[in-house]
Amino acid sequence: MQQIINFLIRYKTFLLYLLLLLISFVFTFQSHSYHQSKFLNSANYISGSLYAFSDNFTSYFALREENEALLKENEVLRHQLYNQESYAASPDSSKAAYKVLRGKVVKNSFSGQRNYITIDQGKSDSIAQDMGVITDKGILGIVENTSNGFASVQSILNDKSKINAKIKNSNHFGSLVWDTKKYTTVQLIDIPRLAPLSIGDTIVTGAMSSIFPENIPIGTISKFDLDSSKSFYFIDIALFNDMTNVKNVYIIQDLNRAEVLELEAETQTDDR
Amino acid sequence: MIGNSFFINALRFTLLVLVQVLVFNRLDFFGFINPMIYVLFVYWYPIKENRSTFLIISFLLGLCVDIFSDTLAINTAASVTIAYFRPVLMRFVFGVNYEFQSFKLNNSTKAQQITFLALLIVIHHLTYFTLEIFSFANGSLIVQKTLIIGLATLILCLLLISLFSTKKE
Repeated sequence: MQQIINFLIRYKTFLLYLLLLLISFVFTFQSHSYHQSKFLNSANYISGSLYAFSDNFTSYFALREENEALLKENEVLRHQLYNQESYAASPDSSKAAYKVLRGKVVKNSFSGQRNYITIDQGKSDSIAQDMGVITDKGILGIVENTSNGFASVQSILNDKSKINAKIKNSNHFGSLVWDTKKYTTVQLIDIPRLAPLSIGDTIVTGAMSSIFPENIPIGTISKFDLDSSKSFYFIDIALFNDMTNVKNVYIIQDLNRAEVLELEAETQTDDR
Repeated sequence: MIGNSFFINALRFTLLVLVQVLVFNRLDFFGFINPMIYVLFVYWYPIKENRSTFLIISFLLGLCVDIFSDTLAINTAASVTIAYFRPVLMRFVFGVNYEFQSFKLNNSTKAQQITFLALLIVIHHLTYFTLEIFSFANGSLIVQKTLIIGLATLILCLLLISLFSTKKE
């Protein structure tokens, strides 16, 4: 007994080090296979408010450009609206499949392996996990964690990100992933070899996800090659979005998501 | 005197975390270089303090940076590691005389100070990028990132040290 106590006292620094290292490993590896840690994320009150505070200052520098971009987007939207066949001034909200909420980026990152973006909308603005986040140019990511006033968004520049996407004109679909190398390029995999491809083709979100609506732009094909099995393409996509400069975003809530998920779960239990 | 040292360290802790998350995490020089200057806390921390307290403070330092930068607990693991290995590195760089009562970081030569800081940064960055990339297939990427970003961190830390140095020439 005496010897055990002596041992503990002698190596107490080393044991403390091991304990602290173990805690940090637990925090690092306990996270769900594609979700970030529940406790350690910047969507909490303290870091959220600090980022919002610093954003209050820095956002002034880009105010003119942001205004310009928003006006341009309005112009495009009005053009689409007035050229629609059945133009209704107030669309029937009961039939809507998606609800769009607006938000502002308070913290962005794109240089790591797993990038997260923090936005200034949270639970109290009815933001919840697994809602899609887009800008006027294209997709940005998926909501991951929320606190009362803030939400952290898993960027498409994240090696855990996997989003259903398709080629716009042929409807062949695959998965959108990121190889962590360049923040201007993401990859589309699992497109079968027989799909006709050419450089410059547009890639949009597919209909298989209950997160994003179909046909939200992602980017254009910049390079394609067959993968090691020689039966699928490995495609590099140049993003429409400049991931280093995002400010105003839209959060999309799929109103049918709960129903779709319930149906899928039911089908799976029936199969067993 | 104890109150004074406590106050200085608390202020240093807060300022380094704030500067790290508000300035250096957004630097993105060449698209990927974000120096991790909060390592300076471990470099500046008083030598004669209790080692267990030092480990716990370093743990909290890493945790604060992690919460702000959404990096799970990778910074925590890296900063606890350099805090633990600091005495070993000091004995290696300064010889046995660092244990004497009169030893001060300012009294050692420039070369010794830079070696000590560089070793801290290399160990910190190696731990950090090993955990971040977490695959030995990408071993060359880990080494590459450690060297490039480590060099950037070293240069910025040296600049900050000379900026806040109290030594009068």
